Amino acid sequence: MANILELQHIDKIYGTSIKTQVLHDVNLSFEEGSFNSIIGQSGSGKSTLLNILGTLDKPTNGKVVLNGKDVSTLKSKELASLRNETIGFIFQFHYLLPEFTAIQNILLPNRIKNAKVSKETMDRALELIDFVGLSAVKDNPANKMSGGQQQRTAIARALINNPRIILADEPTGNLDSDTAEQIYKLMRDINKKYNTTFIIITHDQQIAQKTDRIVEIKDGKILLDLRK
Amino acid sequence: MKLSFSIAKRFLTYSKGQTILIMLGIAVGISVQIFIGLLIQGLQDSLVQRTIGQSPHITIVSESKGASFQIEDTLFNSLTKDDRLIHVGKTADGAVFALTANEDESALLRGFSDDTATIYDLENSLVDGRMANTNDEVVLGKGLATNLNVDLNETITLQTILGDTVEVKVVGIFDLGVSAVNDSWIVSQSELTQELFKLGDSFTGIEMQVKDVFAADTIAASLEPSVDSDLKVVNWKAQNESLLSGLNGQSISTYMIQLFVLISVILGISSVLAITVLQKSRQIGILKAMGINDSQASLIFIFQGLILGILGGILGVGLGVGLLVMFTTFAKNPDGTALIPITYDATFIAFSGSVAVISALLASVIPARKSKKLSPIEVIRNG
Repeated sequence: MANILELQHIDKIYGTSIKTQVLHDVNLSFEEGSFNSIIGQSGSGKSTLLNILGTLDKPTNGKVVLNGKDVSTLKSKELASLRNETIGFIFQFHYLLPEFTAIQNILLPNRIKNAKVSKETMDRALELIDFVGLSAVKDNPANKMSGGQQQRTAIARALINNPRIILADEPTGNLDSDTAEQIYKLMRDINKKYNTTFIIITHDQQIAQKTDRIVEIKDGKILLDLRK
Repeated sequence: MKLSFSIAKRFLTYSKGQTILIMLGIAVGISVQIFIGLLIQGLQDSLVQRTIGQSPHITIVSESKGASFQIEDTLFNSLTKDDRLIHVGKTADGAVFALTANEDESALLRGFSDDTATIYDLENSLVDGRMANTNDEVVLGKGLATNLNVDLNETITLQTILGDTVEVKVVGIFDLGVSAVNDSWIVSQSELTQELFKLGDSFTGIEMQVKDVFAADTIAASLEPSVDSDLKVVNWKAQNESLLSGLNGQSISTYMIQLFVLISVILGISSVLAITVLQKSRQIGILKAMGINDSQASLIFIFQGLILGILGGILGVGLGVGLLVMFTTFAKNPDGTALIPITYDATFIAFSGSVAVISALLASVIPARKSKKLSPIEVIRNG
């Protein structure tokens, strides 16, 4: 299967006077529709890796190829719109905008893409919110929902533009194990239904065990790349 | 664009207290600006009105003091038709002694023709009697009447320096509010003075008022070429330089006050908006991760500034005008007229309102630039 996202010889060095190398010559590629996890201790460089994968951060050396395009050649505006259309983010802290309701938060990435929300998008938003089981609370302000509900809203938001890739940084990190299990199931369902590529950073060994591929990072290097 | 606007609106309505506070800050600044601006304007207008309202703004007289000259009909007609001028009149003046049985006083006998009496608003300044209608009637200044000890309808004798005399009847007594004038002026029709001073059909001056009093000097300069070379055109500004420099000083200090009010408004808005960028940095980071571009992110703050400026400006205009209405209602002269008559200058009010909008926009540039630099990873990393 084709690679949707590729990292070629990635180095990442922080600081100018005191240099800290976080990533050392990382080569990694992800196939379309795959369900991957990245594990590693804190400080291992996995979050930096995810930020580089998500084009939020730039590597010091190396190339990121997203959907066949070398992202370093793109201008910041083009990059923003590529990100908007290709990647959905799910963060550990849901990061909903408290000023908006659940459904409005879900629609935000689409409103960034198109000035006006079409009827089809609205239907898709309603379908997604039903899919994540939040139809009853769709008009609640984002800060008036439980942690699990907020994380599920964030997942629906990540999906609204039908992205090819979902990057999830500790998506279940601050949820109890039951809710974490539900969120995992939800992501699996999405992966099957929409053929969306998932890259999940997690501490949770149980969650990692259930994915199709486990990449372990240690000291900025790939220690283990296990495919089932 | 639309998204930035709706996010800006949402940010503002979400933290209502803060929004109202900034709006009030802008409104108070703008209302002070309008209040002080219009108050000083009103003060200056009434001062100018009091000083020169009842006197000619431009006079045309002979180069040699007091000499008479012929007034060409073409010149006078062109003056009366000039739409920059409002009242134009001829005068024939001369020094006389006013004599009664027991008293004598030196006086200035002024012969008015055409609109001259209107320039001085003489008819409304009469405290007793009526205007002079025929060649043997005069009106006297209040002080002069007291000094001569004459009453209405009594007869006085006017004697020129050359010794010519005429007997006239006092039909009215005026008070022009200036004691030097009240103590020395005798006003009659020009036919009387022309005959007494043997001027024939010549006059000693042309007097006029202009619509825009502060343009008197330029209008005077433009009249200069059309008058004979032995005549000079004098305007009130040249004769009242100390008043003008006083008014100028006042204007400059008003501008200074307005400038500093403005600066404090801008500082206030930009500091609060700068804080909102910090408050909303999480949201901006998320929006950027979701693909909002830098200019859209900046626009959010520009729109916030714009909305705050427009609402604050409207509120400020309302507040400022309200203050002025209160001021004119409660601060009154004993006779019930306003202490300082205020003209609600729509251009100035609109200007002050737009100052609010422009300063709010300017103030939002700093936070907008800041939000442009904000990187989504900082937000995500710091949780």
